[in-house]
Amino acid sequence: MARLNINGKIHNIDVEPDTPLLWAIREQIGLTGTKYGCGVAACGACTVHVDGVPTRSCSLPVSSFTEKQKIVTIEGLSKTVTHPIQKAWLELDVPQCGYCQSGQIMAAAALLVKHPEPTDAQINEEMTNICRCGTYNRIRAGVKLAAKNAKGAKSNNKAQRA
Amino acid sequence: MTIAQKLSRRGFLAGAAVATGGLSIGFHIPTAEAAVGDTPEINAWVVVKPDDTVVIRVARVEMGQGTLTGLAQLVAEELDADWSKVTTEYPTPGQNVARKRIWGDFQTAGSRGIRGSEDYVRKGGAAARLMLMQAAANQWKVPVGEVTTSKGVITHKASGRSLRYGKVALAAGKLEAPKDVKIKDPKDWTIAGKPLPRLDTKMKLDGSQIYSIDFKMPGMLNAAIKETPVPGGKVKSFDAAKAEKMRGVKKVLVIDGNAVVVVADTWYRAKTALDAVNIVWDEGANASVSTASIKAMLTEGLDAKQAFVGNKKGDVETAIAGATKKVEAVYRYPYQHHMTMEPMNATAQWTPEKCLVWTSTQNAEAALATAVPASGLPIEKCDVIRMNLGGGFGRRSSSHDYVRQTVLVAKEMPGTPVKLIWSREQDVTHGTYHPTTMCKLTGALDDKGNVVGLHMRISGQSILAGLRPEALVEGRDPGTFQGLNAQGPEGQFGYEIPNLLVDHAMRNPPFRPGFWRGVNNNQNSIYLECFIDEMAHAAGQDPLEFRRKMMKNYPKHLAVLNTVAEKSGWGKPTAPGVFRGISQHMGYGSYVAAVAEVSVSDKGALKIHRIVAATDCGHVVNPQQVAAQIEGSFAYGLSALLYGEMTVKNGRMEQENFDTYEVMKMADMPPVESYPVPSGGFWGGVGEPTIFVAAPAVLNAIFAATGKRLRDVPLKNFDLRKA
Repeated sequence: MARLNINGKIHNIDVEPDTPLLWAIREQIGLTGTKYGCGVAACGACTVHVDGVPTRSCSLPVSSFTEKQKIVTIEGLSKTVTHPIQKAWLELDVPQCGYCQSGQIMAAAALLVKHPEPTDAQINEEMTNICRCGTYNRIRAGVKLAAKNAKGAKSNNKAQRA
Repeated sequence: MTIAQKLSRRGFLAGAAVATGGLSIGFHIPTAEAAVGDTPEINAWVVVKPDDTVVIRVARVEMGQGTLTGLAQLVAEELDADWSKVTTEYPTPGQNVARKRIWGDFQTAGSRGIRGSEDYVRKGGAAARLMLMQAAANQWKVPVGEVTTSKGVITHKASGRSLRYGKVALAAGKLEAPKDVKIKDPKDWTIAGKPLPRLDTKMKLDGSQIYSIDFKMPGMLNAAIKETPVPGGKVKSFDAAKAEKMRGVKKVLVIDGNAVVVVADTWYRAKTALDAVNIVWDEGANASVSTASIKAMLTEGLDAKQAFVGNKKGDVETAIAGATKKVEAVYRYPYQHHMTMEPMNATAQWTPEKCLVWTSTQNAEAALATAVPASGLPIEKCDVIRMNLGGGFGRRSSSHDYVRQTVLVAKEMPGTPVKLIWSREQDVTHGTYHPTTMCKLTGALDDKGNVVGLHMRISGQSILAGLRPEALVEGRDPGTFQGLNAQGPEGQFGYEIPNLLVDHAMRNPPFRPGFWRGVNNNQNSIYLECFIDEMAHAAGQDPLEFRRKMMKNYPKHLAVLNTVAEKSGWGKPTAPGVFRGISQHMGYGSYVAAVAEVSVSDKGALKIHRIVAATDCGHVVNPQQVAAQIEGSFAYGLSALLYGEMTVKNGRMEQENFDTYEVMKMADMPPVESYPVPSGGFWGGVGEPTIFVAAPAVLNAIFAATGKRLRDVPLKNFDLRKA
């Protein structure tokens, strides 16, 4: 039995303790946006946020989590596809087949928190998820566009407050 | 667009129908009802609903390449539809059978999605428009010649009347289809030819798009499979005592004599239990095959007497014998894996009355053809419902082995839907691999450095021999010569060489080959384009000028080459330490060329600074999607060049997952400048062609940087430091 806080809701899950978080999310909670790609934390398709940190859910058992840790999946990133990364992805038509994009978006959203104005080197370092369609250049452009828009929104807010 | 929702609703309906036993009589998939009468199908391609929603049926499949949006643009263009009201849906292969293949070919491979169906889908759109116009004219009692259409509205200017398409759709669907329809000149396009956003992006941003692996049905069980690691091997014995006692496990079985399957309530439990099954394999005849033994087999073919001729002109033997300078080289291309992000999987539900399969496939008709014999039912009782693909790249058109297995398992559990997912390890070790070949090239130069003769002897695996031996032409596999043919859209050799021989000694190792994005063009372009570069250097000439001299009769090949030369600044200085390489190739109806700019550090680290790519695909339906495909082709092709190799030991593939089979990531990806230069008058493919020039352009640039001529793939195996 595990108690997990996923997208703001506590779930009691009756699984073996060594069940990877990915399969608990997909098969027990029923959220299928988080993808299986490799099972060995090599591809990043299963990336979720754990207390804001991008985490490859395929290789961590549910027993390593407590209900105090906030797990966010792609379904919980925003209510209406309005996270700056999602908006930038839509504007630039980033996805091709889309299978890796849940993980890419989660990794990119965490990157923006860590580096609000990421350099190319920081993008290379943090964005290590695999995309076989080859959307890397649009992902890079999407991250930069989202950073620019987020910065613009912030300075607008400041201006309004002033 | 709501394909995913529709599909999951269909899935639910189908499941519910099976559960209540109503399947064989009353059950129709909603799209099939459109053909029945009351719903407003104008023709097979176009449905217009009363609320003006236009549903465009797409026979080819979307796997990321943008075909869904592109085909919808072509139909909507001829239909004069309101683009904001356009949605799409997939007919099933069963419906195609029932309607005498009204939708034609479902196969989505060979970059044929658009070029292979543009004519009839455009005519389908144009015919639907004429029928809507006629229906409005009939209602108004005016001649059809007096009505016009624009953005989903029919207008009779003289009387100032207008009607939306949705208002006359039912009437239009009852009219006879026009026999002769005209389609627009691409210069008049307003929907096609434009960089419209894709129809399927939003659902890929929040996890709501349902892929085959995500498909669920009430009461569904999950299955994991382990197949013989050695091709041709069998299950000798297995001990499932421990697995059968594990939580959630419902059944352990052997299928096809060569695979053990565990069925459980969840997939993770099935997989865990499968790992606990002790399997003893009868490894069969191939247990001693290795990369070295395969290489020896191919090397023998390089000088073998018997070979199939692909392209022949003049007398190459005499030309080589009389050459002022003879250039010789041997190249090799290894086995590679598709590594689709979504592993192979399918869901099937079998009853004695019906067998339904839900899966991601590039060719639903072939998936159906695989499911039928596995089900033991007649084709009328089977169907395949297409799910979204997490990548195809040829794997999901080469073999539907995963569909066969799923149906065999479902048949053992009548009525219960079963989803079979291949673990990544099963997927990587049971691929349909990029075939391995070698090539010996012999070039003859005269005293002015002109190429007077060229012999390309290819030795290695035939895809058709492995997948569809019935398609061989008197033993010969025409696909082996992609890009090296005397003529034709599947790859015209682009150089005038008076004495030429391209031949193939077929050598087939036991590993199953497959169609792999770019297919045989991938190695053929390396062989030819790197060797042309070798000959240019042997002749002391600039590689671009050396090519141009031989391309006067191939203006389209030459035009794209000139484009990349100009855009890259060929001949002009580069940044210190940066060197250029160039290549061109033709295939899948399109002409492509690239220049790569690279540097190699003192430690041998390669950096690709910039790719300049041009493609002439005749007509461009969506420029931003063409650009995306060009970028993606470079990612796929450069991944193959840098890292791609499956090695064989003791009859087994050695790599099993992304940790041992590396692929390109963000940090490796160079900027790609793409230049579509459509010259019109023909339709070429886009999903694959630019992959052809990725590797040779980089290899030629590495030679320029280091003086090292690398004639083998992948580069991770080699020391790139300066010679």
